[in-house]
Amino acid sequence: MSTLALPRPAGAPGALGWLRANLFSSWPNGILTLLALYLLWRMLPPFVDWAFLDAVWSATDPKACRAAKGEGACWAFVAEKHRFILFGTYPYEEHWRPALGILVMLALYTVSALRRFWRPRLALFWLAGLTVVGVLMWGGVFGLRYVENERWGGLMLTLLLATFGLAFAFPLSILLALGRRSQLPMVRGFCVGYIELIRGVPLISLLFMASVMLPLFLPAGVTIDKLLRAQIAMILFAAAYLAEVVRGGLQGIPRGQYEAADALGLSYWKKTALVVLPQALRISIPPLVNTFIGFFKDTSLVVIIGLFDLLTSIKVSLQEPAWTGFGVEAYIFASLVYFVFCYTMSRYSQGLERDLDRQERPGARMGALRDA
Amino acid sequence: MPDQAIIELQGVNKWFGAFQALKNIDLKVARGEKIVVCGPSGSGKSTMIRVINRLEAHQSGRVLVDGTELTDDLRAVETIRSEVGMVFQQFNLFPHLTALENLTLAPIWVRKMPKREAEALALQLLERVRIPEQAHKYPAQLSGGQQQRVAIARALAMRPKIMLFDEPTSALDPEMIKEVLDVMVELAREGMTMVVVTHEMGFARTVADRVCFMDAGEIVETAPPAEFFGAPRTERAKLFLSQILGH
Repeated sequence: MSTLALPRPAGAPGALGWLRANLFSSWPNGILTLLALYLLWRMLPPFVDWAFLDAVWSATDPKACRAAKGEGACWAFVAEKHRFILFGTYPYEEHWRPALGILVMLALYTVSALRRFWRPRLALFWLAGLTVVGVLMWGGVFGLRYVENERWGGLMLTLLLATFGLAFAFPLSILLALGRRSQLPMVRGFCVGYIELIRGVPLISLLFMASVMLPLFLPAGVTIDKLLRAQIAMILFAAAYLAEVVRGGLQGIPRGQYEAADALGLSYWKKTALVVLPQALRISIPPLVNTFIGFFKDTSLVVIIGLFDLLTSIKVSLQEPAWTGFGVEAYIFASLVYFVFCYTMSRYSQGLERDLDRQERPGARMGALRDA
Repeated sequence: MPDQAIIELQGVNKWFGAFQALKNIDLKVARGEKIVVCGPSGSGKSTMIRVINRLEAHQSGRVLVDGTELTDDLRAVETIRSEVGMVFQQFNLFPHLTALENLTLAPIWVRKMPKREAEALALQLLERVRIPEQAHKYPAQLSGGQQQRVAIARALAMRPKIMLFDEPTSALDPEMIKEVLDVMVELAREGMTMVVVTHEMGFARTVADRVCFMDAGEIVETAPPAEFFGAPRTERAKLFLSQILGH
């Protein structure tokens, strides 16, 4: 270093300085701080008492819970019903199959989250993973008992709908987004029409159409089962939304990138796959994850066509006479499950953005200069 | 002058909407020849060299590159593009790939070169543009001059017969211009056919076989540099030179 850098002047020192700077910097700020503290003091201790200290954690008999009602939470309900909440009415002795299926899906998520696996082969891995999950759930081969999909339910069904939904909707959305920017009027027209039509309709009405109206149009004797119809409706729906997100990313790619790829003699598909999409999808990560999160929660709408997802199986458990009245606990638990998945996605996307920023964008410049 | 033309533009016209960007352009470039194209901004210089690899399509006239006429036939266009290297004002490196990967992309995917071979070639080219140590950095981690040298190496990795340069030093900080020009001078010495749009008149003097002066979409004057700079024939060229060299 040629010149000495001056040390940064220290601000007000210690915890007291931090308090003054952040919580009591002005009169209104001070009042807000006090108000927030008061609310916390009023709300937090009773909640901790109810949720943890006075809670009933395990009981095979709802009576223990009844006795504590109003004082403590009845987590015993969740403990008692966890199999049903996880797997719905799937045959009890076969529960290892959906359990293994969930593990396979978690493995798919984990591998997909790691950047070093971002290779075309990842698509094959997904195909294999989803096939394994399908075989496990359906059975009928390899000595596995056949389980009709009316009996699938619970968290497993939620994950199935979300995972298969996104696995198929995402590639479809990329094609739609590319099509929307195509030079060919027919392709462009179809894609624009599709995206606008689907986006203009609520998911609920699509699900209704898939479950109620579609069978009316099919020729006699042809039936597609309900779950598949719902899944297809969700894929079509998610694809339209994701397509717009991907299109946003595509628009963020400067023209120079296309020209540089053209000038090297790359064909349209090679240019798209090697130059345009890798960049467009990176730009789109935050809004993509946002859409994923929304879609994950939207799967709960299948309740209206009589499928038992996580939320519905909780609701059904509550209808059992012995356990009625523990709705608060049940829904807190459901929220917690949704939250864990969604928050994980959200944190992952933030981390990923930071990583990519550090490495490949001009912000990384300073680091590079220091290394040199 | 060698007789064999590798680039031939015959009566080329090009419009952007109602605006005529190129007016009846005739130009022959011989194999191994170095042409510097200059002229005021908006004169059609960039458009003209972008017509040579069909980044812009011309609307009338003929463009022949290495014996192939450029038409709507995409196959032919892609083949010609793989033979013609281009360097842009804004570098246009692929920001998601390292310098090395920028160089190997087209050889691997267009030329079907084995990866190992492509990497060896890429390293050799990075050596040639004097930044082998930056091979594994991303474009954002490189200075402008370094990025432009990677961009030149990327074009060279396709072993092109022709190199087009579209104002390669205009976006660079002054202290980085020389390192890029040095690479270009060296390339010229090795006998590459080059068409260079630039305002670097020093470069034109030392390297060009002919200087091509454009104004308002026309080629106004074409002459060897000594003649062009010493005694420009047209008023427009005189005015341009007085403006660009006048300080």
